[in-house]
Amino acid sequence: MRVRSAVNQREFSARRVAYLGLLASLAVLMGYVEATLPGLSGIPGVKPGLCNIVIVFTLYAFGVPEAFLVSVARILVIGFLFGNLFSMIYSLAGTCFAITAMALLRGAGPFSPVGVSAAGGAAHNTGQLVAACLLLPGIPFTRYLPLLLAAGCAAGAVNGLIVLAVTSKLGNILKTSRF
Amino acid sequence: MKKGDIILISAILVLAAAVLLLSGRSADGARLVVTVDGELFGSYSLGEDREIRIGSSNICVIRDGEVSMSEADCPDRVCVRSKPIRREGETIVCLPNRVILSITGEDGVDAPDAIAG
Repeated sequence: MRVRSAVNQREFSARRVAYLGLLASLAVLMGYVEATLPGLSGIPGVKPGLCNIVIVFTLYAFGVPEAFLVSVARILVIGFLFGNLFSMIYSLAGTCFAITAMALLRGAGPFSPVGVSAAGGAAHNTGQLVAACLLLPGIPFTRYLPLLLAAGCAAGAVNGLIVLAVTSKLGNILKTSRF
Repeated sequence: MKKGDIILISAILVLAAAVLLLSGRSADGARLVVTVDGELFGSYSLGEDREIRIGSSNICVIRDGEVSMSEADCPDRVCVRSKPIRREGETIVCLPNRVILSITGEDGVDAPDAIAG
């Protein structure tokens, strides 16, 4: 019995790792798509954050640690491909803020992925701005914060709607699959 | 999409608006710093309109939170033709008289030269 359950455990975790790897590569792909888009506004930090569709989906389908792992994997790959050390530091700070906020709100109750993702977007931009201010003293924090909060919130809400659409299409598969 | 979402999103936007209003107020704390020959001549609030005589060579004017050079006795008068300045880090320079007008933030910190992408 014991051996059998240990085998099941391993199967289970291999399946999980495979799915997370798929999701991480999907997130990288989203990052690539975003990197090829022309700047939407010319303002650093204001972008659709397409990768976060995958991250929010992972948060709901798997859980907090998995979402964090996929996110960090995505940042490292995207950072080495398209970015630089600073963009990686900003993204990591943003992710820590965003995942923390989304984990707390998802557990808190009356929010759907739309609200959770909107708050995550706002928290992500806040985290990036905090990191930028720590690295480059002299950035007027309060002058950038309102715009970045609003932009993160809007982008996050749209991403949340996409996650809702995806999870409703995948509804049965999500329920019957053992991740 | 639930009712909680709308409340949450509204809360974030209200927070953004509140920060915007508060920081709008502190932007009035920007100051004009005048240096002559590399030495500090004076520091003035942009909040009140006034005319500042800088030695006998230049006169600059603060109006509606903008600073411009109104008079200069140099021949080229590049500084007088310069656009008015109002944002942190902007400057007007009168090279012949070695007069520099620059805008600094409330705490005297200049805006960053560049922001890493």
